[in-house]
Amino acid sequence: MSFLEISQASIEFPTPKGPFKALDNVNLHIKQGEFVSLIGHSGCGKSTVLNIVAGLYQATEGGVILEGKEVNEPGPERAVVFQNHSLLPWLSAYQNVELAVKQVFKKTKTKQERKEWIEHNLELVHMEHAMDKRPDEISGGMKQRVGIARALAMQPKVLLMDEPFGALDALTRAHLQDSVMEIQEKLGNTIIMITHDVDEAVLLSDRIVMMTNGPAATIGEILTIDLERPRDRLALADDKKYNEYRTEVLRFLYEKQRKVEPIRNIQKKSKQDKTDQVA
Amino acid sequence: MLSFLQAPRQAVSSYFEGGITQGQIANLLKAIGLPVLGFLCFLLLWQFAANNIVTSLGNFPGPSEVTTQFKSLVAEHNEERANVAKKYERQKTRNEAKLAKNPDAKIKWRSYKSRATFFDQILTSLWTVLCGFVVASFIAIPLGIIIGLSSNIYSAINPIIQTLKPVSPLAWLPLVTMVVSAVYVSDNPSVSKSFLVSMITVSLCSLWPTLINTAVGVAGVSKDLVNVSQVLRLNWFTHVQKIVIPSSIPMIFTGLRLSIGIAWMVLIAAEMLAQNPGLGKFVWDEFQNGSSNSLGRIMVAILVIGFIGFLLDRVILLIQRVVSWDKSSVIR
Repeated sequence: MSFLEISQASIEFPTPKGPFKALDNVNLHIKQGEFVSLIGHSGCGKSTVLNIVAGLYQATEGGVILEGKEVNEPGPERAVVFQNHSLLPWLSAYQNVELAVKQVFKKTKTKQERKEWIEHNLELVHMEHAMDKRPDEISGGMKQRVGIARALAMQPKVLLMDEPFGALDALTRAHLQDSVMEIQEKLGNTIIMITHDVDEAVLLSDRIVMMTNGPAATIGEILTIDLERPRDRLALADDKKYNEYRTEVLRFLYEKQRKVEPIRNIQKKSKQDKTDQVA
Repeated sequence: MLSFLQAPRQAVSSYFEGGITQGQIANLLKAIGLPVLGFLCFLLLWQFAANNIVTSLGNFPGPSEVTTQFKSLVAEHNEERANVAKKYERQKTRNEAKLAKNPDAKIKWRSYKSRATFFDQILTSLWTVLCGFVVASFIAIPLGIIIGLSSNIYSAINPIIQTLKPVSPLAWLPLVTMVVSAVYVSDNPSVSKSFLVSMITVSLCSLWPTLINTAVGVAGVSKDLVNVSQVLRLNWFTHVQKIVIPSSIPMIFTGLRLSIGIAWMVLIAAEMLAQNPGLGKFVWDEFQNGSSNSLGRIMVAILVIGFIGFLLDRVILLIQRVVSWDKSSVIR
């Protein structure tokens, strides 16, 4: 039995036109300490997979098993790093992490231990200089760092990251990717990350899970990235293996799971729709 | 409390501290000059209109008449207080004289009440509106939070709220009066019935804006923050305290400001109709009085009512500035 098991997970959302099947039969086994990326076109349901693991959504069929226990509600052992940081704007960076730490370690840590633990986690993401700043006083990258610190401070069994660097500029993103690699090396977290950035996926992951297009999206291919750690983005840029992996992901996304239909098809289709309406 | 004076004050201080620049003069003119100009125009128009309206009680009161009446109200107030002080003085000398004659003499200390002057009426009204408003807020905010958190409760309660919201205070008043008379029976009442009637009417009419705005604010808490709360498994109370209330503070205060405005308006009407002590009763009594001073005094009352309404709004604004976490937002 593996550490985290997503088995035959399907989900349907009720809509006025009847149920909409977003995911169909998703199966994935993740080992402890593994870094897995989910990649796919937007709208393919990768966030839905993550939300099912987080417990924010309930799978209509199948489910998720973490260390032999079924997941059916959200909890801090599956901490989430949200795309838009989701820090409480009325609390400082320290207080944001404190809220999580207080909740998770209420009984197991003393006040002093909690304080040290909060500071330790903010140091991990290099935010010790801005602990008392509010979210609106720090940059987007710094906010995301605090978001990561908050998630790490929960000491989660699995760290779930929903496009954590999507809203950041390229330089900041590279910095944060390096930080995440560094932290994972140190702590050995199990991480599931959603991304739409091919380079990011190849650089960070042990395995890349490629999703087919929805509706009823499922796992298309899984690519194991066999590159040695620690990985260096500059050295890898010219690496033959790295570029092969990259090409393979690109090929999946742009040949096998082409999202944009050729223009001719669309025209044909709309013509057909019109004739349908007339009929 | 006088934060509405801040804009001119800032302009003045920068005027004195640094050298005078063209921009500063323009700012100063804008900050002080324009309101003064507006006020002068208003006084002119008022005087002009007043001269042209003749009633059975004489001319409609213009600014000068109002000033005279205001002074006479102040004088009456001082006289009344002096009278009461004199009575106490006399009682003291009388009793001391008695004691000097016979140290074991039984002496009485009476308390003298002064007749309610215009300024006493203001205080009565302020106290009543404050109590009514506080009661309304203590009902409306928690209820609004509960309604906002659950769309089911919202659907169930919303029609009732929307039906009760537009009811005029004058319609509530007879009912409230009868209910208070029936329920509040005590030989030694700690508060007067008229106070209770006014206060309850104020509460009934002023709780709706706070209730609705709180509910809307709570329902609008960002989904991301709710997700954070779920992942952290915050219990209901912590969720409300740490996430719901801080994020709906601006909406709650919008409601409170609307509510205090309504509360003040309702109070004057209630006092007038139910003959409960306060500014409303003062206006009504002067109207019934029908002397040549009456219209001027009513006009004084109207201006005071307006000014107090303005101050009440500013006080809530000031509290919002202190309470709100978002100091950068422009609150006006």
